[in-house]
Amino acid sequence: MAVTRRQFMKVSAAGLAASSVGALGFAGAGDALAAGVRPFKLERATETRNTCPYCSVSCGVLIYSMGDKSKNAKSSIIHIEGDPDHPVSRGTLCPRGAAALDFVKSPLRLKYPMHRKPGSEKFERVTWDFALDRIATLMKDDRDKNFIAKNRDGVTVNRWLTTGFFGTSAQSNEAGYLVYKLARSTGILALENQARI
Amino acid sequence: MATLQSLDIRRRSASTEVPPQVRKASVEVAKLIDVSKCIGCKACQAACLAWNDLVQPVGYFDGNYDNPVDLTPTSWTVMKFTEIEKGDDLEWLIRKDGCMHCDDPGCLKACPAPGAIVQYTNGIVDFVSENCIGCGYCVKGCPFDVPRISRVDRKAYKCTLCSDRVAVGQAPACAKACPTQAIYFGSKDDMIVHAEKRIADLKSRGYQKAGLYNPPGVGGTHVMYVLHHADKPSLYAGLPDDPKISPMVGFWKGAMKPISLAVIAFAGVFGFLHYITKGPNEVSDADERKGDELAGGQTNSRGRS
Repeated sequence: MAVTRRQFMKVSAAGLAASSVGALGFAGAGDALAAGVRPFKLERATETRNTCPYCSVSCGVLIYSMGDKSKNAKSSIIHIEGDPDHPVSRGTLCPRGAAALDFVKSPLRLKYPMHRKPGSEKFERVTWDFALDRIATLMKDDRDKNFIAKNRDGVTVNRWLTTGFFGTSAQSNEAGYLVYKLARSTGILALENQARI
Repeated sequence: MATLQSLDIRRRSASTEVPPQVRKASVEVAKLIDVSKCIGCKACQAACLAWNDLVQPVGYFDGNYDNPVDLTPTSWTVMKFTEIEKGDDLEWLIRKDGCMHCDDPGCLKACPAPGAIVQYTNGIVDFVSENCIGCGYCVKGCPFDVPRISRVDRKAYKCTLCSDRVAVGQAPACAKACPTQAIYFGSKDDMIVHAEKRIADLKSRGYQKAGLYNPPGVGGTHVMYVLHHADKPSLYAGLPDDPKISPMVGFWKGAMKPISLAVIAFAGVFGFLHYITKGPNEVSDADERKGDELAGGQTNSRGRS
C-alpha cells in the first residue's frame, strides 16, 4: 500500500485527535485536587467575649469582628457563636442566640431613644436627656396622682400600682440590684424582667 | 494567607486520576444526632445559616413546625416534625434532616463534573461549587434526597459538615450550638461508643427497639442517628429504611462506563482501519450517470435534487 504525503498527514492528525479523545475528561485534575475546603473565615478575626442579650440564662458568646483594632480599620461584627469556656452554656446557644448576628445587623434594631408624640404616627429620635426627663416627669405625675400610702384598713402599704418597671435580661448582678432598689423604693409592685418575656 | 487546607481527598467525582494515597492520618469524623434528646428548637438551623453566611427567605406555613418546609439551596439542615398517634398517645418525632455524608456517596458516583463532588479522607462529602455544572445528577443519585439546585446560580448545595471548621479542628456549627447535646461530634468510633450508651439508656426506659442508624446500604454514614424506633426509620419523616444508591446510577457509572468506552474505541479503531484499507467512498462515473437518469436530467452532475 503506497502512502502519499497527504495520507501521511491525515493519519498523523487522526492519531493526534485519538490521543486527545483519550485525555478528555481527565484534564486538569491535578489543579482541582488541591482546591476544595472553604478557607476558615475566622482566622485572625478579633475575638471578643460577651453575653447573649436575650434571656436570663445569659449564655456566653464569642463575637468575631473583622479588623485588628488598628487606627485606620473600622471593626465590624462578622460572626457570633457560643463561648466554650462559659460555665453556663459551654459553647451552646439557642436559635435566637445562634442568630444573634442578625439581631446586631437588623435594620429594625433600636439604637437610640425614640419618641412618639401624642397623636403622632411616627417615632422620632430624641436625646437621652429628653427621654430621661420625660420618663421622670411622667412617672412623678403618675405617682403623685395614684400612690397609695395606706389601704382601707389603715395599714401602711406604700403601693404604686399604675406604673410598671422593666429590667433588661443582660444586666449584671449589680445593675439588677439597682433596678430592684429603684423600683421598690418608689412603691412599684409590677417589676418585671425581659428574660421572662 | 494560606487556605488552611488540611483535608486530603479520598474520592473525586468523574475523575480517573487517583488522589495522593500515602497519608492516612486523619480520623474518620461523624456527627451523631440523638433524636430522643432533640427538642426541635432549631438552634442548629440558625447556627448553620450564621456560619455558612446563608439567608433563607421567609417562606410559608404548611400546617406544621417545619420551617422551611423542606431543604433548600440555602437551608442545608431542616428540623422535620412528625406526629404519630397511637390511640390516645401522641409521639412527636423530631429529626434533623440534612446530608448524611455516606461512606459510599451516591451523589459523587452520579456526578459527571470532574471534581464537583469530593470525599475527604475523614469521610466528609463536599460539593466544590466552582466545578459544579448544575446538571442535578447528584439529586437523583442521593438516596436521601438531600442536594438542592439553586435557582440563582444553577449550582447544587448541601451540608458541608462544616468542612472549613473541621479542617481547623473545630466541630460543625450545628453540633456546637445544640443546647441539649442532641447533636454530638467526634471521631466515628467515639460516636458509635456514645450511641451505644444512649441506646442502652433508651432501652432501659422502655424503647426496646432503640438503635443506631448507620445504614450499610451506603457503606455507613458520617451523620448517624440514635432512633428510639430503629426498626422503623421511615417513621421519622420518611428516613429511608434501607437506603441504596439507585441501580440506574450504579449501572450507568459502573458497568456501562467501560462498555461504552470500549464501543467508542472500537468504532474509532474500526473507522480508522476501514479508512486506511478501503479509503474514502468515491462516486464512480457510472453512478453519476445513473443518478442523472433517475432525476430526469434536471439536476447537476452530483445527482442531488
